[in-house]
Amino acid sequence: MISLAGRDILHAWGKFVFTGIGLGLLIGVTLVMAGVYRGMVDDGKVLLDNSGADLWVVQKGTLGPYAEPSSINDDRYRGLLGMPGIAQAANVTYLTMQIDRGDDDVRAMVVGIAPGAAGTPGWPPYLIAGRQITRSHYEAVADIASGFQLGDRLDIRRNQYRVVGLTRRMVSSSGDPMVFIPLKDAQQAQFLKDNDALWQNRRRTAANPVFNRAEVPGLLAAINASQETSQSVNAVLVRLQPGQVADQAAEAIRRWKRLTTYTRPQMEAILIGKLIATSAKQIGMFLMILALVSAAIVAFIIYTLTMDKIREIAVLKLIGTKNRTIAAMIMQQSLALGLIGFMVGKITATFAAPFFPKYVLLIPQDSVVGFFAVLAICVLASLIAIRMALKVDPAEAIGG
Amino acid sequence: MSSKGIRIEGLSKRYGKGDTAVDALKHVDMQVAPGEVVGLIGPSGSGKSTLLKCLGAVIDPSGGRMILGDQVIFDNGWKVRDLRALRRDKIGFVFQAPYLIPFLDVTDNVALLPMLTGMPNDQARAQALELLTALDVQHRISAMPSQLSGGEQQRVAIARGLINRPPLILADEPTAPLDSTRAMAVMRILNDMARQFETAIIVVTHDEKIIPTFKRIYHIRDGVTHEEVGEGRSLE
Repeated sequence: MISLAGRDILHAWGKFVFTGIGLGLLIGVTLVMAGVYRGMVDDGKVLLDNSGADLWVVQKGTLGPYAEPSSINDDRYRGLLGMPGIAQAANVTYLTMQIDRGDDDVRAMVVGIAPGAAGTPGWPPYLIAGRQITRSHYEAVADIASGFQLGDRLDIRRNQYRVVGLTRRMVSSSGDPMVFIPLKDAQQAQFLKDNDALWQNRRRTAANPVFNRAEVPGLLAAINASQETSQSVNAVLVRLQPGQVADQAAEAIRRWKRLTTYTRPQMEAILIGKLIATSAKQIGMFLMILALVSAAIVAFIIYTLTMDKIREIAVLKLIGTKNRTIAAMIMQQSLALGLIGFMVGKITATFAAPFFPKYVLLIPQDSVVGFFAVLAICVLASLIAIRMALKVDPAEAIGG
Repeated sequence: MSSKGIRIEGLSKRYGKGDTAVDALKHVDMQVAPGEVVGLIGPSGSGKSTLLKCLGAVIDPSGGRMILGDQVIFDNGWKVRDLRALRRDKIGFVFQAPYLIPFLDVTDNVALLPMLTGMPNDQARAQALELLTALDVQHRISAMPSQLSGGEQQRVAIARGLINRPPLILADEPTAPLDSTRAMAVMRILNDMARQFETAIIVVTHDEKIIPTFKRIYHIRDGVTHEEVGEGRSLE
């Protein structure tokens, strides 16, 4: 049987293609929005994967270290190492800050990693250039997304660091690239105050007769030293021995060390369920609005195209064409428009995704869902035009 | 006169109800034999278009009787269930403007109806080509409607009206937009087709050029028809 829709599209292909491109750009934005959400989820998973930990030990009663501030003493890892089933335990600090990069600056998560070697929890698991940190101070490994190159010097608080290694896909849950530095430097960066503040603090302490006693020499110096150094970290990353059950090990730490401990599924739930929940809802709202706008656009276009053919539809009805043939023509045109729009949108999203500042993850599953959603929207949007076409009086063709 | 063709007895059409009711058709009697072309003429508002719509099963008459071929299609109510199928299978339409489907070429405009009713495309196109050849537009079969002259468009529209070999063709001012020569050509075609396919053709017209060509004319005034013998002037 002849395809009226196909013939009409071929006859007015320019109108269809340009309309399809316009719709496609909208669909492209929708797919990118879905990709942004997937990217956020993936960033969270990558963060957990790359930490190399089976358990996250944090300050009691907190959702740290990623979703809430957490502070525990840096000697607690020793006690954890003595517990059965634990293979490795390493301190870690996380600090998100702006780091100068030439005339510009970049937002990065500075990670303080405990002394050790590649494979220690918290360390970048692989490098794409350079080497791992080998010195106790002033060396850094940066994610390539930060824009730093090997040999670059970067300022973090009061110290300067040299980039000795580059890594990839090491990002925070917000998508900020990571910069790894030695733990002691990171503790200092996180907790050490500036010179003026230190000087003011010393003056206040010296003015306090409780701390500044002539009969106890050295007390004031000891108090000042304790205030100017930090023995805190944000978390201890724990790796279990093979065959150990994470839940049992976590329960033992909670019970005997009185610290909050999260397993991988629990940490994933915090990151995805709590940390990015609001952003996910925001994106969900955008997706809903974009779907409605797409539906409105398709409905308007198909309605207009049908209005342009009112006389032809009246003639078709007069000469005996069945309603379902006319309805099929309109619906097929709507679906064709959706198909063109989806193809343009998919291509646009694929090529545009790498240019977004945050990771955009386009997964085939979303494309398939998006494709069927577009078709469903087109079918629904064509109903208005179909209703109007079926109400056309065949007598209009006769006039009079 | 043959018992086939179309016979209309006491057809009436009333619009509205009560005090606002208007009798567009009061009493229409007509008979058109197969192979005959009759004229239906009358001033504006006389009921020509209403009669055409009633005959075309587009609106419901209020009373009367219509017999198409051997089948009573209306007797104070429609006697056929599917009016769209009736129009498709038994009635051809030719309009003042050709109203060709702009996105189909000449062949497919003519072959559209049989194709939509399930005839294989090749067969429908072969039938269309046969008709287009008879109407002398075979050289434009691949052209789009916008590429045709007014006369060619009207011939294609006539071919579309004839494609299903309907026993009745309703032509609404088919020569109105055409000059005298082309108008005569169209009338000649309608007469030839009526004879060739045994089709009854009713031509609604105001066109003074073609009125003398009819052998029989129905005048309609105030919803009532009067039969008159026409001049039957030669179309050559």
